[in-house]
Amino acid sequence: MIPAKFNYVRAESVEEAISLLAKSDGEGSILAGGHSLLPLLKFRITEPGILIDISRIPGLKGVRKEENRLIIGALTTHYDVSTNELVKEHLPSLAKAASVIGDLQIRNHGTIGGNIAHADPVADYPAVAHALGAELVVHNSDGEEITPIDELVIGPLITMLSEDSIITEISIEIPPTQAKQTYLKFFHPATDYPVVGVTAIAGVNEEGVVDYVRVGVTGSSDVAYRAFEVENVLMDKKPTLQNIKEAAQAAAEDGDMGEDLFASEEYREHLTKVYVERALKEVLID
Amino acid sequence: MEKLVGQRLKRKEDPKLITGNGTYVDDIKLQGMLHASVLRSPHPHAKIVSIDTTKAEDLEGVVKIYTGKDLEGKINPVPSSWLVPGANLIETKQYPLAIGTVRYVGDGVAFIVAKDRYIARDALNLIDVEYETLPSIANQKDARKEDAPQIFEEVKNNVAFTYIAGEVLDDDIEKEEVVVRESYNSQRVAPSPMETRNSLGYFNPGDGELKLYVGSQNPHIHRMVLSEVLDFPEHKLQVIVPDMGGGFGGKIGVYPDEALVAYATMDLETPVKWVEERNEHFQSANGGRDMMVDVELAGTKDGYMKALRVVNHANVGAYLATFGPGNPTIDFGLMMSGSYKIPKAQVTTYGMYTNTMSVDSYRGAGKPESTYMLERAVDEYARQIGMDPVEVRRKNFPDKDEFPFTNAQGLVYDSGDYQKPLDVALETADYEALRKEQAKLRKEGRYIGIGLASYVELSGFGPSAVAGAIGFQGGIWENSTVRVHPGGTVTVFTGTSPHGQGHDTTFTQIVADKLGIPYEDINFVFNDTKSVSMGWGTYGSRSLPVGGTAIAMACDKVIDKAMKVAVHLLEADADDVAFEKGIFYTKGNPENKKTFQEIAKAANFAWSMPEGIEPGLEEKMFYDPENFTYPFGTHLVVVEVDVETGEIEILRFIAVTDAGELINPLVVEGQVLGAIAQGVGQALWEEIQYNSKGQLLSGSFMDYTMPKARFFPKIEMKFTHTASPVNQLKAKGVAESGTTGSIASTVNAVIDALTPFDVSNIETPLTPERVWRAIQKGAKN
Repeated sequence: MIPAKFNYVRAESVEEAISLLAKSDGEGSILAGGHSLLPLLKFRITEPGILIDISRIPGLKGVRKEENRLIIGALTTHYDVSTNELVKEHLPSLAKAASVIGDLQIRNHGTIGGNIAHADPVADYPAVAHALGAELVVHNSDGEEITPIDELVIGPLITMLSEDSIITEISIEIPPTQAKQTYLKFFHPATDYPVVGVTAIAGVNEEGVVDYVRVGVTGSSDVAYRAFEVENVLMDKKPTLQNIKEAAQAAAEDGDMGEDLFASEEYREHLTKVYVERALKEVLID
Repeated sequence: MEKLVGQRLKRKEDPKLITGNGTYVDDIKLQGMLHASVLRSPHPHAKIVSIDTTKAEDLEGVVKIYTGKDLEGKINPVPSSWLVPGANLIETKQYPLAIGTVRYVGDGVAFIVAKDRYIARDALNLIDVEYETLPSIANQKDARKEDAPQIFEEVKNNVAFTYIAGEVLDDDIEKEEVVVRESYNSQRVAPSPMETRNSLGYFNPGDGELKLYVGSQNPHIHRMVLSEVLDFPEHKLQVIVPDMGGGFGGKIGVYPDEALVAYATMDLETPVKWVEERNEHFQSANGGRDMMVDVELAGTKDGYMKALRVVNHANVGAYLATFGPGNPTIDFGLMMSGSYKIPKAQVTTYGMYTNTMSVDSYRGAGKPESTYMLERAVDEYARQIGMDPVEVRRKNFPDKDEFPFTNAQGLVYDSGDYQKPLDVALETADYEALRKEQAKLRKEGRYIGIGLASYVELSGFGPSAVAGAIGFQGGIWENSTVRVHPGGTVTVFTGTSPHGQGHDTTFTQIVADKLGIPYEDINFVFNDTKSVSMGWGTYGSRSLPVGGTAIAMACDKVIDKAMKVAVHLLEADADDVAFEKGIFYTKGNPENKKTFQEIAKAANFAWSMPEGIEPGLEEKMFYDPENFTYPFGTHLVVVEVDVETGEIEILRFIAVTDAGELINPLVVEGQVLGAIAQGVGQALWEEIQYNSKGQLLSGSFMDYTMPKARFFPKIEMKFTHTASPVNQLKAKGVAESGTTGSIASTVNAVIDALTPFDVSNIETPLTPERVWRAIQKGAKN
């Protein structure tokens, strides 16, 4: 497991990193926590000419609340996301997703920005990010832009970002307080990646009718997705077991189920439905 | 001084390893050392049309590239060392690098030597090989069909050997009231030690000596076989195994890569090191298991098993591995009737060449497979006759006074009391209460299952005459030299090869008790063919019952001689001197005494020795055991199956083991624990997958699931102690028992949980999807 030869440079600022990327002729790759990138290097799936280390750029770590949004710095580690008080209070589903990524070492090193930029279909965060329509603050040679999560990923490990782009922040709208949140995950036993990971965030109004429901799915599909169909079926209905079961039947409709040695397409679809149902039960009934 | 045998001493080898002071092959750096890599075939079966190495040779830092053609006539094929007789065994030639044809994904095509590891790796991508792909096959049952692709011209229908043990006629089966017919698999697994394979060669052109550091469970076998492969004399070839991070059977084999390192280091007159990459391990380290077995078990309605007939299609891979042919024949076939008095048993094993990596011994080597097949069939038999699986087992065990017991295939089990561990397991679990709980939970839509497996295994390899009779190309006795230094400390040389088992600690306890000297005064030399007399290594749970016994017996010889010196120095009659706890004393006057240390000095100085006694205090024992040992036990496993997703949770795992007398219960528990994880890994998670044509699909830990600690509840370990009459330690060997019992017990538990869904068999590993599909299918029926 020996990577191809690469150069390494440490960027001191976002501007410097962008300029190094721009100068690298498409040979550059951003190194943050390294927990997604290094395995790819070792498998020689990717052979970048230069690694641009952004891990020590100041100001890219931490969480702040701005009006109704949480803004999370791209270099915030999974461990910090999972234990941050603001995240735990306002986005417990995100804290839960962060707490079940990989193992302790990975959570101590891996970063939320790197995880999302890596566009691995079996990452945990995208379930939450899709459910809540997260926005990514992206810097590149043209300045700053906002990219919605559902436009970011084109396919496994492929994003629409230009080659000189760096995600600096993740901005997520805080759901209404009456909505309960969860993240449930079926672990791949070999890797601990989600075979399916489901975020459900839902609540009922005074009449006991569902007035807010968001469902995000990761792992089972080639690209994580928001399960709009599930939301449509359940919205404005009473959260009965029957209604939840019915809604969950639509869990795979917005996705494109993948397949690997561990789980077939058919089984993934089944698991997705089961996990969506369980997640919805947890937030609406339990 | 307190007796140390039987005490839970912490392992003395651990502080060195956990403080980073271990020396593994990759830690050794020699002057001018070069690094090697192996270009491996991406095709399961192909003709090599051409190999163009020019681009790679142009890469700066590449020193030399060898292809199969370059080495033709210079290195001999790597042979198998277990040529099972009476089986029409056809051994084909495995050249260290393929000549003309590659036969599995991972077959070596070129060997690159470069200035550093990175260059050696980069050069792999610069070699252009033109292949012409050939029809290929991975499944051993399909490989036997008439129209199957032929892997070797000289091997018709790819049958490497056909081994038949025992005879059961159709009538023996048909005449019984109940016949269970089922097919079971034991999928291929990767040994996956934490330290991958490796070797480092050093050749001194001055004296013509070749030194090879290599990850091996049996350095003397490596020396013997490599001497033949390289046409290089044994007395000039030194094989050293420094600290080694695990083997599990995967480092028994003598591999082409090791021969290539040795050859290159001599050819270039420079040290050459090769360290296997982890993804290489999945391609090119001998796999374990890979058997497809059809079982017929016949018996009476009241629970007596009468005949067992088994056909085993064993995948041997593209070439016969070092111990490859022995596992599915001798180990599997002769143990097929397990712990039961089944009067008749027949096992037919077809060893099948396929376009896959070779298969060799893997923890338990044949016995976990036979136990799995048998214990599954016993449960199925119990179900068909409506009897509790506990009762069926009880009815068919030999009584404890029937030992030594001869099984259906003629093996003589040294000792046993099979009811006992079963009783302990049932009592620990509170079996009756568990069954009630199971019935109650089923009504609530929850499915727990209770699985049992009683096992016995062939351990303590073994009597050398038997080795000869079964085609093992070597002896399986063991040696020990106990060297007493003038100060009374002791160095013990012995031929077994520790790589995690705890030999150091266990053997020290034996020696300390024997000689009555402090634990700290005992040191060992293992794993160096230049220092240690011929020895046969570590596998088959042999290190303690054979190697440990050799050490104990060498100590006895040391005491015998020391006694003579003591009698002389104490000026006493031989009858009058006793030895106890390190002191020689006259019985009449215990104050007239000499310590072991004083005798050590006296013998080494030899100022005054008894008549006819040589100076020095050093004794050697070559011990050839009269029989194998047969550890046994019962596992009881409780699982819960999530019938919606097929996920399995292990709720309880009770392992009752009888390995005779335990030297160090803590070390033993470590062995049992690890072995159980390995068996359950086979039952639930681990699997090397090839597609039907032999393309490797599970090529990394991204797909291959190693068991993790959190997959398990606390393992409840208990022991019964039936002394082995075979050796003076009364010990049986315990490294494999946990694996042997745990595949069957785990799967039995899952099948038991799914009884309401009419599920009677699921292919292992029981992945959630397979379990889910079985439930779906059962629910439909």
